[in-house]
Amino acid sequence: MAEKKKRLHMQERTAAERVRDFQEVPLGYTPEEAMAEAKRCIQCKNPLCVKGCPVEVKIPEFIKLVAEGKFAEASRKIKETNALPAVCGRVCPQEEQCELKCILGVKGEPVAIGTLERFVADWEREHGKQEPRRSAAGSRVAVVGSGPAGLTCAGDLARLGYQVTIFESLHVTGGVLTYGIPEFRLPKKIVDLEVEYVKTLGVEVKTDMLIGNVYTIEELLKDYKAVFIGSGAGLPKFMGIPGENLDGVYSANEYLFRVNMMKAWKFPESLTPVKIGKRVAVVGGGNVAMDAARVSLRLGAAEVTILYRRTQEEMPARIEEIKRAREEGIVFKILTLPVAYHAAEKGWVKEAECLQMELGEPDASGRRRPVAIPHSEFRLPVDTVIVAIGNSPNPLIPMRTPALKTEKWGGVIVTAEGLTSLPSVYAGGDIVRGAATVISAMGDGKRAAKAIDRLLSPVKQ
Amino acid sequence: MARIIKKELLNENVSRLTVDAPHIARAARPGQFVVIIPREDAERIPLTIADADVAKGTITIIFQIVGATTTVLDSLPEGAEIAHLLGPLGTPSHIAKLGTVVVIGGGVGIAEIYPAVKAHKAIGNEVITIIGARNKELLIYEKELTAYSSRLVVTTDDGSAGRKGFVSDELKDIIASGKKIAEVVAVGPVPMMRVCCETTKPHGIKTVVSLNPLMLDATGMCGVCRVTVGGQIKFACVEGPEFDGHQVDFAELTARLKGYKDVEKQAHDHVCRLLKGLEK
Repeated sequence: MAEKKKRLHMQERTAAERVRDFQEVPLGYTPEEAMAEAKRCIQCKNPLCVKGCPVEVKIPEFIKLVAEGKFAEASRKIKETNALPAVCGRVCPQEEQCELKCILGVKGEPVAIGTLERFVADWEREHGKQEPRRSAAGSRVAVVGSGPAGLTCAGDLARLGYQVTIFESLHVTGGVLTYGIPEFRLPKKIVDLEVEYVKTLGVEVKTDMLIGNVYTIEELLKDYKAVFIGSGAGLPKFMGIPGENLDGVYSANEYLFRVNMMKAWKFPESLTPVKIGKRVAVVGGGNVAMDAARVSLRLGAAEVTILYRRTQEEMPARIEEIKRAREEGIVFKILTLPVAYHAAEKGWVKEAECLQMELGEPDASGRRRPVAIPHSEFRLPVDTVIVAIGNSPNPLIPMRTPALKTEKWGGVIVTAEGLTSLPSVYAGGDIVRGAATVISAMGDGKRAAKAIDRLLSPVKQ
Repeated sequence: MARIIKKELLNENVSRLTVDAPHIARAARPGQFVVIIPREDAERIPLTIADADVAKGTITIIFQIVGATTTVLDSLPEGAEIAHLLGPLGTPSHIAKLGTVVVIGGGVGIAEIYPAVKAHKAIGNEVITIIGARNKELLIYEKELTAYSSRLVVTTDDGSAGRKGFVSDELKDIIASGKKIAEVVAVGPVPMMRVCCETTKPHGIKTVVSLNPLMLDATGMCGVCRVTVGGQIKFACVEGPEFDGHQVDFAELTARLKGYKDVEKQAHDHVCRLLKGLEK
């Protein structure tokens, strides 16, 4: 057997270059690089990587096709189970999923499955043929939300022949892929094309439709045989500390919504403004905190500081995103907890009052609990604070659907197949899990699509 | 997309649009609002649903031309399409048979109280309506509101119509007359709503206000509309826009409404240049 070469890493734009614009950071593989990397795959008979993938992408099969230079065929192979490969190739935490299970990772580096998926999707976008739009005649199914869970569920159901309508509350499709993840990590053109692909499968998309208010779930069930709720984790958490409602204190949702969705970076050509000043503090240690910090740099902030109460070890963000944020010059103030914000005369935030922390005994999450060091208060001058400490499930549909059972923290309760407490109503993604990952939401969408098919077409089973 | 069926100027600064939106007309209840994006590059702005006609499938919205996006909206003629229209949003007003209800509207809020006045009348309440404006020219909806009010009182700051003074002066007099009031509803500029609440609080008269904080998505996601009510953070877009006025932190609301004032002119100037055709 030929000696296995080292993993090929994607080329990236330099930090100095990329902080000046919103274009993507990694450059992707060339066809030669993709074929070389694909040849590293040893084509396991019992591939563990597939078990690590929530949407069961046929990983060894598509990689074999890439190794042979059959990129169009590789794309079709991925799309048999995954309608959004260009998205997954970019934002999935492969290091915790497929690549974590790759046998090559035991002694060396795993195959770059995510980068290969991204390559195939990008190649298809540039070279592939537009598929003709399909039409379906099966039962009607309503999908609430056009984020990763909704798009996956809708795409899978359409492929099975159902007539699917997606109801999206915002004016643009994509959910968190559009309002949450910034352009430089997931270009909106790519999200749009993935949505277009789902439409070619026969899915109808209605924007500006807030289910719960425009139609209740019960009303939808009069026109649709089943409903899938994928309304996401839209409710931003705040810390409840003094000064959090001052001007200049944003939730990460508000901040990213202004920039990503409303294109505030080109104000006044786009009429939605965003104001950040020179010194930005971002509270939190997840991917959203990294996104907010890196967006701030690109909007011209002179100094961007991440405030996190534990250490980098405990940060939930992907290592790759932390690395890129550091390269770009984000300051990491770890073991730091904001306890109050103070305003200048006109009511705009001026200082973040913080406590220095140290790590104590492990807590319920297994991570060491941060404990305040007495008399360690200090004040950090800021012009903007972005609170990125997480989101809760969007409460609107549960509020308007009293019969829908939820957990105390707001998550919709579902069975193993995604069925809620209401017959024919399924749910998945962040409305069930709280803020989780794109790919877990897609896995939920896929699982619910299978269950809806079993419900509506029992004869096939 | 939603087509503008009819456009009327109610005064030099306020326009009324009748818009084709059957799904919104069907579901709309008093106290609810829509989000409008008049053109793709514009903001998402919240506007109260001033009326809904289920049979015709239309809703009525009334807006004051104050900033960039309302200027864009006002530039659309009859027959034109609004790029995006989302609604109904927010939690509907709580309308119950209570006895005497005083409904107060100030400025463009005069039109916004129309659904509440109609609903309170329909359920059998005695409705005393007080409307106020700076001067006679700015008064709107007097005729429409008269039709559903037991009594309608007009106040103007300069005395050019009705009583000279503020809506709160009339409210004070009604309370002083010993009239038993079950509820006060106040919709208008923040200082007006605050003064109405200060007037009723010592008498323990429940007072409902409709708040107008900044909003973006207006579906409960961004939190820019957060207000402090009874010491708790509430999202006005979903849990409101109506709240118990005696519990509202008006000082915080006033401060949060000023956050973007300084850049509004920049946007407005851009839109004016655009509309004059000086730019592409």
